[in-house]
Amino acid sequence: MELAIFYAFAALVIGSALLVVSLKNTARSLFLFFIVLFGMAGLFIFALADFVAITQIMVYVGGVLILMIFAFMLSNKELLADLQNTSSKFLSIPNWQSLLLSIGFLAVMSYGIIEWHDNFPQWITENIRQGNIIKSSDNNINQLGIKFMTQYLLPFEVISIFLLAALIGAAHLSRKEDPK
Amino acid sequence: MISLTHFLFVSACLFCIGLYAIIAKRNSIMILIGIEFIINAAILNLVAFGRYDKINYSGQIFALFAIVLAAAAVAVGLAIILNVYRKYKTINPENITDLRD
Repeated sequence: MELAIFYAFAALVIGSALLVVSLKNTARSLFLFFIVLFGMAGLFIFALADFVAITQIMVYVGGVLILMIFAFMLSNKELLADLQNTSSKFLSIPNWQSLLLSIGFLAVMSYGIIEWHDNFPQWITENIRQGNIIKSSDNNINQLGIKFMTQYLLPFEVISIFLLAALIGAAHLSRKEDPK
Repeated sequence: MISLTHFLFVSACLFCIGLYAIIAKRNSIMILIGIEFIINAAILNLVAFGRYDKINYSGQIFALFAIVLAAAAVAVGLAIILNVYRKYKTINPENITDLRD
């Protein structure tokens, strides 16, 4: 049952990601991107990372996607004309070189994964033996808060400053310059 | 409990789709989406491995850091795309050929 739901989410993610890259219409791709991000949040829950899944939905769907739709609408005059003509070629292949390259990458990585299969690294086998793996009954958010405020305090502060700097920089870059 | 191989395979597929989007697309926003796919694949790997580390919770914590970094990258990238569009009236990276005026 669990495996079936996992496969459903994985098929949702990969299928809509394939549609995102194969559709001609950028507006449709952006809304399909939304579905991919939701599916990824579902997969994070299967890896017992519920807080990461909620953050994914809040940051990506609430922030990144809205930003992308704004940028798309501000930078595309042919949006309305684009929405009206539905492309008849559904799975068009614009250039086969990039397709070949990405399939080659996928082949190499799947070969690696299959070869690797159950030869876990030492720290994983050690943790499994000692029972130090996250279970579904654990209180993740509590632990994450404690870790953020003790062990990972410096990276947390650094990334806060970084995010502030990046947002101020983005606002500065996209302002209207007054003509002199 | 889902095995690690399943997660790795899904994230490998997503990585390759993102790679295809970056190479093949003629639209800066689609290239940015490809980069987001690749970052998401990396986050899935972090989270899947982080399940085996209960002492440090390093996987989940660095997945959260990666999400924040991706959000910052998208904000700056979209600001740059808007500026480029204002100047060149196109967002096709092949038509944007010079760095200075």
